[in-house]
Amino acid sequence: MSKAEKKQKAGSRQILIPLIALAILAIFNLIVDPSFFSISLGVNSQGDPVLSGNLVTVLDYGAELAILAIGMTLVTAATGGQDISVGAAMAISGSIMLRVLCGETTQTSVLHTPIIVALLVSIVVAMLFGAFNGALVAFFKIQPMVATLILFTAGRSIAAWINNNELPIIDDPKFGYAGGFIPGIPIPTPIFIAVICMIVIALLLRFTNLGLYTQSVGINEESSRLNGLNPELIKLLTFVILGVCVAIAGWIKVSRLSTINYSTFAKDIEMDAILAVALGGNALSGGKFNMASSILGAYVIQFLTTTLYRMDVSSAAISAYKAVVVILLVVMSAPTVQAWAKNMWKKLRPHAAVKEVG
Amino acid sequence: MKKKSILALVMALAMVFGLTACGGSKSDSASTDNGSDGGLIKVGIINNDPSESGYRTANDANLKETFTEANGFDADFAYSMKNEEQIAAAQKFIQDGVDYLLLSAADTAGWDSVLKDAQDAGVRVILFDRTIDADESLYEASIVSDMDKEGQTACEWLESQGLDEYNIIHIQGVMGSAAQKGRSGALEKMVEDNDNWNLVTQQTAEWKAEVAQQIVQSAIDAGKDFNVIYAENDDMARGAVAALDKANISHGVGKDVIVMGFDCNKWALKELVAQNWNYDGQCNPFQGEYIKDVIDKLEKGETLSEKVIILEEKGFDATTITDDDVQQYGIGNEEAEE
Repeated sequence: MSKAEKKQKAGSRQILIPLIALAILAIFNLIVDPSFFSISLGVNSQGDPVLSGNLVTVLDYGAELAILAIGMTLVTAATGGQDISVGAAMAISGSIMLRVLCGETTQTSVLHTPIIVALLVSIVVAMLFGAFNGALVAFFKIQPMVATLILFTAGRSIAAWINNNELPIIDDPKFGYAGGFIPGIPIPTPIFIAVICMIVIALLLRFTNLGLYTQSVGINEESSRLNGLNPELIKLLTFVILGVCVAIAGWIKVSRLSTINYSTFAKDIEMDAILAVALGGNALSGGKFNMASSILGAYVIQFLTTTLYRMDVSSAAISAYKAVVVILLVVMSAPTVQAWAKNMWKKLRPHAAVKEVG
Repeated sequence: MKKKSILALVMALAMVFGLTACGGSKSDSASTDNGSDGGLIKVGIINNDPSESGYRTANDANLKETFTEANGFDADFAYSMKNEEQIAAAQKFIQDGVDYLLLSAADTAGWDSVLKDAQDAGVRVILFDRTIDADESLYEASIVSDMDKEGQTACEWLESQGLDEYNIIHIQGVMGSAAQKGRSGALEKMVEDNDNWNLVTQQTAEWKAEVAQQIVQSAIDAGKDFNVIYAENDDMARGAVAALDKANISHGVGKDVIVMGFDCNKWALKELVAQNWNYDGQCNPFQGEYIKDVIDKLEKGETLSEKVIILEEKGFDATTITDDDVQQYGIGNEEAEE
């Protein structure tokens, strides 16, 4: 077996973890109530066709997390640390979009600028904040979690300050398209946006050295430097890419309800994004990564949330249920447990084991 | 190498704490000289950060309007959502020799010693918005919302609608918060006492609009039958309504689903005026006048009949609300641009 094939195999095994998790959740729902999977086509109050059903909900509401998981995976791979400021940064980028669109007023049905302009402004600002985090990590060698703690602490105040502490509301239905439906298209727009992001990152990983470079910096910074890479620049770059992801996720989220609440907007989403990377079987200490696994991990989290709502778990207990499932999934993906499972598998199927050794 | 990273860590932490310190306890100090210049009453006001919520922003703006020099006050403000920073601000105010310390505490515990210091220094303490776990003798008055009553007012309104059956989606705030406990408690009691009141879904959205949207979406996907949305704040009611709109379920006055919210944001009251929602319960942020009354009485040497003063709180019905109500009681937004 050639090295490339072996590598391929390791990658495909990693993606099994979130796939198995998804399968378990799916089977669980199938047993409890098969109607979980029903999808229906209806019309919304505007008279436009919309698809609804739990699976659509999972794909719809999982979009932000999936997009964040893309950036978080790269940051994790290159720096061996995580960005805990993404929730606060999303509040900033959402706030900026509203500010640019609303101008001085706080409730408006007239957009002051085209949405694309507001989006670009917020992407640029989010990239700058990403670069700030990245610079602290890359050049000042501060641990990512500590470096991003600054924005984590200050971000929501900055977001509130951008809009003078007002809570702007946009009444123009066009602004709601990104987080809802484009008239005539029954599939929720966030799904399209997430798919576009996935295609872009897939192309980047396929046709540039981004994947190779981030992994090599994560695995061994010194030897990558000796091989002519610039580890600082690559670390910085991953944070800037995460910034773009943050702005797009913030756009979807702010568009869902056309308003923002600085203290609760995208709260704790950073933890879910990190969890998505972990559920994807990626090492949080950096190095090798599997992008598809992380993205699937994000949908596992959303699937779990939707399932818990569907099961009518009591409010007081919902976090506990979530925690138990997450612990199970993380333990399942732990290397020691995997090694044990592999051994068991070998014992059960001796023929396969012989082949493996060769 | 190791030393370097430790140094970096220390520096980063120092930066973070420096940031929170100046971000948290910033006080727009007007004058620091003690004594009675021009007979102004010196008040030190410690509040939660105005960016916490629209409610808090309105609360802060109302206090700033009330305690002006024109009204005979020399006011100094400090904001923090952390108890220890608030305590530090209180100590500073005591040193500055304020006459009154007005306090909306971030946390209920830990205030005894600093309030004793205030008492020793002759500073009179008035609590507003939130109570604390301290001996009553340590403060002059406590001006608070009665969250249980807010819930009861809402439930009485709902009962007066005279539906044959109440199938309610109950969207809760952060579990354990005072607002959640009060607003949930009243509804849960009604459901227990009445056979025709049912909770179809009861779930916490932790004050988040988009989570409320998911919860209602999930109830719709499950084919549940409901005719009331009882959301414990306006944001969550907005999220719920977004899910209803998506499923083409009519809501509002005379429609299929009754929508109830709390907090009386201006935009929410406008939804009432448009009859898209049915009810909004007030959580009164306009506490300046109440506090001023207390101070006036104390200055005249009168004794207060009650130590705990409950804020008057209304509930608005979409069929009776007026534009004046929106302007007077709505919190947050400025005039809308049409």
